[in-house]
Amino acid sequence: MKRTHIIAIVIIAAAIGIIIATAGDASTYVDFDQAYQMAESGNKDQIHVVGQLKKDSEGHVAGLQNSPDKLSFSFVLVDDKNKEQNVIYNEPMPPDFLKSEKVVVVGGYQHDQFIAKKILLKCPSKYQENKLVKN
Amino acid sequence: MHYLIGNLGHLFVIISLVAALASAFSYWKSFYSAQELTGKGWAFNGQVAFYIHALSVLGIVTVLFTIIYRHYFEYHYAYSHSSLHLQAQYMLSCFWEGQEGSFLLWMFWQAILGLILIHTQSTWRAPVMMVFAMVQAFLASMILGVVIPGLDFKIGSSPFILLRDAMDDPIFKTNPEFIPKDGHGLNPLLQNYWMVIHPPTLFLGFALTLPPFAFCLAGLWQKKYSEWIKPALPWALVGGAILGLGILMGGYWAYETLSFGGYWNWDPVENAVYVPWIVLIASIHVMMLTKSNGTALKTSMLLVIAVFILILYSTFLTRSGILGDASVHSFTDLGLSGQLLLYLLFFTIASGVLVAVNWKKIPSDEKEVSTYSREFWIFLGATVLCLMGFQVLLPTSIPVYNKIVGFFGGHSNLAPPANQVEFYSKFQLWFAVALALVSGSAQFFWWNKMSKEKWKDLLAPALISLIVFALIIALAKVYQPAYLVLTLSGVYLIVANIRILVSVIKGKISLSGGALAHMGVGMMLIGLMFSSGYSNIVSLNTNGLPISKDMGTDFNRDNLLLFINEPKSMAGYDIEYRSENVEFRNKRGYVRKNDIEPTPDPYRVVANKDIFYRGEKMYRTKDTLDIYPENTYYEIELRKNGKIAATLYPRIQINPSMGGFLASPDIKRNLNRDIYTHVSLTLNREEEPQWSKPEEVNVKIGQRFFINDYVAVLEEVKRIEKVEGLELTAEDIAVKARVRIEGEHESFYAEPIFMIRNKTEVGRMASEINDLGVRVLLASINPKTGEFTLICDSRQKDWVVIKAIEKPYINVLWLGTGVLMVGFGLAAARRVKEFRKSRY
Repeated sequence: MKRTHIIAIVIIAAAIGIIIATAGDASTYVDFDQAYQMAESGNKDQIHVVGQLKKDSEGHVAGLQNSPDKLSFSFVLVDDKNKEQNVIYNEPMPPDFLKSEKVVVVGGYQHDQFIAKKILLKCPSKYQENKLVKN
Repeated sequence: MHYLIGNLGHLFVIISLVAALASAFSYWKSFYSAQELTGKGWAFNGQVAFYIHALSVLGIVTVLFTIIYRHYFEYHYAYSHSSLHLQAQYMLSCFWEGQEGSFLLWMFWQAILGLILIHTQSTWRAPVMMVFAMVQAFLASMILGVVIPGLDFKIGSSPFILLRDAMDDPIFKTNPEFIPKDGHGLNPLLQNYWMVIHPPTLFLGFALTLPPFAFCLAGLWQKKYSEWIKPALPWALVGGAILGLGILMGGYWAYETLSFGGYWNWDPVENAVYVPWIVLIASIHVMMLTKSNGTALKTSMLLVIAVFILILYSTFLTRSGILGDASVHSFTDLGLSGQLLLYLLFFTIASGVLVAVNWKKIPSDEKEVSTYSREFWIFLGATVLCLMGFQVLLPTSIPVYNKIVGFFGGHSNLAPPANQVEFYSKFQLWFAVALALVSGSAQFFWWNKMSKEKWKDLLAPALISLIVFALIIALAKVYQPAYLVLTLSGVYLIVANIRILVSVIKGKISLSGGALAHMGVGMMLIGLMFSSGYSNIVSLNTNGLPISKDMGTDFNRDNLLLFINEPKSMAGYDIEYRSENVEFRNKRGYVRKNDIEPTPDPYRVVANKDIFYRGEKMYRTKDTLDIYPENTYYEIELRKNGKIAATLYPRIQINPSMGGFLASPDIKRNLNRDIYTHVSLTLNREEEPQWSKPEEVNVKIGQRFFINDYVAVLEEVKRIEKVEGLELTAEDIAVKARVRIEGEHESFYAEPIFMIRNKTEVGRMASEINDLGVRVLLASINPKTGEFTLICDSRQKDWVVIKAIEKPYINVLWLGTGVLMVGFGLAAARRVKEFRKSRY
């Protein structure tokens, strides 16, 4: 076998290795029930859950709680299957949090609490202006 | 309404598209004309058409810039990207903030490169320019903004669209001629000098990947399989330098402006330019190999093509909206995804077919490569680079994969890795190690004829590396195995190249480009390792009150709550929040909000005392000064042993139309470490504060008393003739008390007012001292005893939550970047000279 062939095989092997590693490290979009089952079965992977903030009948965000020193907060997220879950986040509340349309939490269950390590916010018209601002 | 200018712009877009197509067609025709003379005629046509194209691109740019600069807010582009108060230099940023403008920028650079090629190339001119004209036609179509009648299919998005056509606002029904008085403004994060130069640099880098691609296709088409390398190489080198510089500028901008705490976040948008650059670097190395002895020609071709296709793919990723949830800063979909896909597929398929058809005829290497040949080592390095790019490309493409699965009726819920920084770093680190070891050694194989016996040449650099390495880890206390390996390989890369510089190149500057560039990379690796690997949250807070016991003990609190004028200790400093500030408009510096009074114009304020900044007197009392009201700067003082070490001004903009709360850091730069501080939460001034139970005191003039533990003195009470905002008649009586309160750093004066109006009505105006969170009311006056009754209450003091991160030895990274760029510049200069020599 020529040395070039050996190199080719090594490259292919490395590429396959990368693909497998990526597939293994890729996270998934799930709902809270699936996330809970994953945690129950000992799976500590961090997952993405997409949801909306819980609102009361008047449209105010409900279930929000700040820690006394404002350095962390918790909130109730409703996933696509309408399951409500208390989510804890160890950072100050992002100031545009209450206005967000959609919230993606990245994290996992610890006991019965969902602990978010990262929060992604989808805010209406964040980068796109489609209404006139009246001066 | 300025209709003419927009129509003119649109006309230029159409001309540029038609001219680009005409140019491509003419150049194509010039090959297939039976007679040489007609061929020349067609080539001339192509050239003229490209000139027309380039001129109309210049026209589009001029028109769009005029619309922005003159504030023609009847145009959507001017309205949504600029405003009256924007500084002139940021007008440029407006230009490329929008997608249309950035396409335009890209097109503009390529038009200029096309003109340069027309004038420097003779044999290659026609085929290369044909590719150029095709690419330009695709780009022009992106800003065409024409709806095909009947089909309801829009081609491109025009930057010259009127506001009333872009927005669905009822005002345009009643008044179609409505022009807003002011624009929506530029995203404050982009109001930064790096955003003035980063996009043009990056797009010049994008544009510079086109010439090598065009030369390669031309070579394939004309069956001049290996001749294209020579003219293409200088372009690739310049492209590698410029694109790299553009990426680094973007990182530096993120470090200075965004608040995610670093310069690189492995966001899909960043990855989308990182991958083409990595492959571009690989292609440069293989091209040099091919140029010097003709080996690895096929690889050169594939890599050069891959670079350009990856640029198109990255354009598709960032602009089609496909990244959606995955990225924090990709563009929104302008409805161009179909067109972008077509652009990508057209050139992928065209180049794929050209390669496939010619594959058998392209010379390939006959000889077996030896481990001692430079070919082997360069090839190895290029392979590592490509795998490095592949590893990033794959997860970045997960949204694309989900879309494809969905397209075929399946369902895929794959998400990008949850912790992207950790994920990418753990792979890229080892690739970087491999790269450093290979390229350090490869330098010896490149410059020397190596053999089995010459391995010992590597011994000295290896030994010196070990010594330097030992010193570094001892001094900087690096213990983590992966970082140890990375540091060692970085040091080896630097030492090996110094040896090459000294012993082989002997300091000949024109030849030293490669060695310098590699040294720069070595320094960057070490800088990256320290500044990221040992990046340290110094605002770490272990005595906070966690919101839930479930958080566990591993949940440190990364943020620090600072009350105004109350020092805390952090990272060997005393840190204290001093004030809220705004920025001067006509001078450099900041002024405390407490020291100014508003006027009806939000951009102008009046000083209520002499204003100093960094010890220098900026304005006098009663001066009217210009400020930027949008941004609040929080004055954070860092003191060491009682001396002020730095005053930081991290910035917040509360801007509902731009996503609410935008934080930018301020950085305390030291030689060996940066301390990077940003605000993560502020007091909401719209919420009514909670006041304590009021306390009543009876005091005489000159008497000392306490307000919320602050020493206070009632200095005087005097009658005043005027009360702001009130009409006083001759019978009305108003008195003002002057209470001095000794704050932590300075004295404040509370001036409550007591009035009797219309003989019977008693009025009282409280005075609040913002910094101390206290309020004083003059409740009554007892002429008999000479005592005054004051009612004082207090609230929670102003506060701010900050996060501070220490970045050790980040300057090594910036220094490495500089060395890399110098190296690139020298290497490019050498190749351009070579190319010039060969031409004459």
